[in-house]
Parts: sequence; structure tokens; C-alpha cells
Amino acid sequence: MLSLRVSLTATALACLIGLPLGALLAVARFRGRNALLVLVNALMGLPPVVVGLLVYLHLSRSGPLGFLGLLYTPTAMIVAQTILITPIVVALSRQVLDDLHAEYAEQFRSLCLGRGQAVFALIWDGRYSLMTVGLAGFGRAVAEVGAVIVVGGNIDHLTRVMTTAIALETSKGDLPLALGLGLILMTLALAVNAMVHGLRVTAVRYAHA
Amino acid sequence: MHEARIGTAMPVAARAPALMPLEVRGLAYEAGGAALVDGIDLTLTAGEITIVLGANGAGKSLLLRLLHGLIPASRGEMLWNGSPLDRMVRARQAMVFQKPVLLRRSVAANIDFVLAARGGRDAARRDALLHEVGLSDHAGQPARLLSGGEQQRLALARALATRPEVLFLDEPTASLDPASIVKIEQMVAAAHGVGTKIVFVTQDLGQARRLAGDVVFLSRGRVAEHSPAEEFFAEPASEAARDYISGRIVI
Ligand SMILES: Nc1ncnc2c1ncn2[C@@H]1O[C@H](COP(=O)(O)OP(=O)(O)OP(=O)(O)O)[C@@H](O)[C@H]1O
Ligand SMILES: [Mg+2]
Repeated sequence: MLSLRVSLTATALACLIGLPLGALLAVARFRGRNALLVLVNALMGLPPVVVGLLVYLHLSRSGPLGFLGLLYTPTAMIVAQTILITPIVVALSRQVLDDLHAEYAEQFRSLCLGRGQAVFALIWDGRYSLMTVGLAGFGRAVAEVGAVIVVGGNIDHLTRVMTTAIALETSKGDLPLALGLGLILMTLALAVNAMVHGLRVTAVRYAHA
Repeated sequence: MHEARIGTAMPVAARAPALMPLEVRGLAYEAGGAALVDGIDLTLTAGEITIVLGANGAGKSLLLRLLHGLIPASRGEMLWNGSPLDRMVRARQAMVFQKPVLLRRSVAANIDFVLAARGGRDAARRDALLHEVGLSDHAGQPARLLSGGEQQRLALARALATRPEVLFLDEPTASLDPASIVKIEQMVAAAHGVGTKIVFVTQDLGQARRLAGDVVFLSRGRVAEHSPAEEFFAEPASEAARDYISGRIVI
């Protein structure tokens, strides 16, 4: 299940990078913050093909990172997807945590919390809402084929993920197979969604109000 | 005397100078072009529980937030025993908000969080605090599912967890049952007993009489009167205070 592995890894990486950044943007007030927010929102709309191309240019044999020999490997696909969805995670988590921060800000100031402590506390207390953010990132990762095709190629068993397979079958004219794969992909996404939702509902019931 | 107080209140700061007295001159807070709090001149000393009275919207909560450094003053100055209100000074203070802000965690975790933030996880102390405010049976529950009064009690326990030298309380007993009010007043008196400076906002005149050493009466964002409690309740000097008190008595 290369599809799942690539997308899940990319989502995990994007959350690792994106959540603290989103929380920091929610907590910190500095000059240029608004410009940064605009930038992040713009990056959210990055066309996948562009990302793919950028990663391709860096990883290709003549590119600056070409010596790593990563082009047309799953790692390259993960990199492309991570770049694609990190801005989504940053922007959405910033929104979610902004509300929480508005509520907590004075209490945190009263406690003289440092910025790091505040960021960590916000992420922890917002963890159930942030699951939805991760899910949105995962959804995009699964849905976007463009970035992945460019750097992953479409090599059977090695870098063929479902979306690239669908694209391939469609171009070969084998529509039923393409549709079938599409259905499986949707079911997969639905299952992951349902799982996270179920987790969230029970967790909220136990721990939160 | 101050040395002993700090020793019990906050060992870490054993050699730091006391925070009191507080000197406030010409303090003002403006928002949206209007001065919501203005011309505040106050001297608060270590010895007394200071009660802040005033009608709704008089500026009591704003004054507390200014003194605690949660919002920046538009004008005026404030010196805590000669020191400006910096982070070091604020760290030795605590506040219970009019609307408790509890973390989305268990009751116990709300206290653990504060203890950990101050560098000292301490399960025994946490349990003792919860016991004191009568929340031992709720330790594992989500804090935000507590009743309003229980939430206020937790907020007080959490504020006391930091062993503050100055404790601001903004109507901490507003929705409590009589037994809980007695409990809270005992805790506040105990904190005062070990040398914590208490600044207490209330609308409950009975409570004000029970606790007050001195009374700050606010009217329309200004200090209308600041006097010892006996004087204030015997014969308020300002008309605003007379109206306020008589209004309450009639009701
Ligand atoms: N950020 C703000 N912007 C504009 N007006 C504000 C702001 N904060 C407070 N006010 C106004 O300032 C006045 C004083 O507010 P404050 O909360 O200090 O009153 P209070 O004395 O605590 O009243 P209560 O007894 O109802 O708690 C109110 O009229 C309020 O509407
Ligand atoms: Mg108030």
C-alpha cells in the first residue's frame, strides 16, 4: 500500500513541521505576521504540478540535491507531498489555535508562560480539533496526483501509487480499472476519516468539554 | 516580617525584596478613544486585605488586569515596592478571573500544569489543594464539565498552587453556594495569614465587611474613595459609595 504509506508519512511530517508553526503564528505577535499569514494561505493553493516540478529540479541528477539519488523513489514522493500539505496544516492549525489562544491568552500571561510552553499547551489542548487539520492534510495528500507523478514517475511496484495508477489506466483507456482504483482510493480515504472521527468522538467524551 | 512572609510564600525568591507596598499614580486605560479607567492614585500596603467595590462596569476587572500587567496602561505609573511591573514581579502574583479559564484537561491536570510550569510537579501538593477546595472526588474529570461554582473553586486552587505573594481575586465567590463561600473565605484568610497580599473584588457587601482591611471604591473608572473598612462602612465619604451601599441594603 504505497499510496497509504507515502501519504501517511507525508501527513505525519507535515504535522510535525506545521503544527508548531501554526501554533507559533497563533501565539506570537510580530511585525510581518500578517504578511506571513498571507504567504501561508497562498502556499496552500500551490498547484501540485509546480511543487512536483520544484522538487524534481532539486532532486534531478543535475539539481543541487541530485547526489542523493532520490528521484523516482518513494522518498521523493513523500518530500513532494510534505511540501504540498505543510502550508495547509500551518494555515488550518493557526485558525483553530487562534480561537483557543484568544481564550487562554490572559491566563497564560498571568502564569508568565514562555512562548514554548504556550505553544505546547495550545497544541495539546487543541489536539482533537487538530486531528481534523491532519485529516485535511491527508485528504489533500491522497487527492493530489500531479506532484507525485513528476518526481515519483510511475514505476510498477516501486513508485506506483493509486493515483498514478489511475492516471496511467485512464491514459491507456482502461476506464473500468481506473474507476475501480478510484473507488478503492475513496473507500480508503473514507475509512481513515471514519476512524479519526470515531477516535475523536470517544476521546472528546472522555477528556473534554 | 516581610522576610518571614516571603520565606513561607515563595522560597525561590527568598532574597528578593517584598512586592508591597504598591504605589499607583495617574494610572489610566483607554480603549476605543474612551478612558475606561482614569486618574487612579492608590497606595496598597502589605498588611490588609483590600476589597474593591463598585457598580457593574465601574472598572474593577480592568483595574485588576492593569495591576497584574495583563493589559498595558495608557498612562500613569505603578511601582511594586519601587520596581516596575516586569515579568519577575508578575511571576510572584496570581489572579483568579471573573470567568474562570480552565484548560481542556482533567481537574488534576489543570493544577499539574501550573506546578509544572513553575518547575515543580508535586502530586501530594496537588491533591492537598484539591482536597482543600473540595474537589478530590472530581480529580479525574474534565475540568470544563465541572459546575460553575466548582470551576471557580478549581481556579482558586490553581492560583494558590503558585504560592503567590499577591493574589488578585475577581468575584471568586459570585456563583458559589453558602458553604463554598465560607470555604473560599477561609482559604483567602489563610493565604492572607501567611503574608499573601489579597486584592479582592466582590459585589457581596457582607463578604466585604467580613474580609476587608481597606476598601477601594470605584465609580465610572475612577477611585471615588479609598479608606479603612470600618470608616467606609460606617460613613462612606463619597456620594457614589453611599448610593451603592444603600442600594444594596434596600434590596
Ligand atoms: N477592551 C475593552 N474595550 C472597550 N470597553 C471595555 C473593554 N474592556 C472593558 N470595557 C468596558 O469598561 C467598563 C469597565 O469594565 P470592567 O470589566 O472593569 O467592569 P467591572 O467593574 O468589573 O464590572 P462587573 O461588576 O460587571 O464585573 C465596562 O463598561 C466595559 O464595557
Ligand atoms: Mg468585573
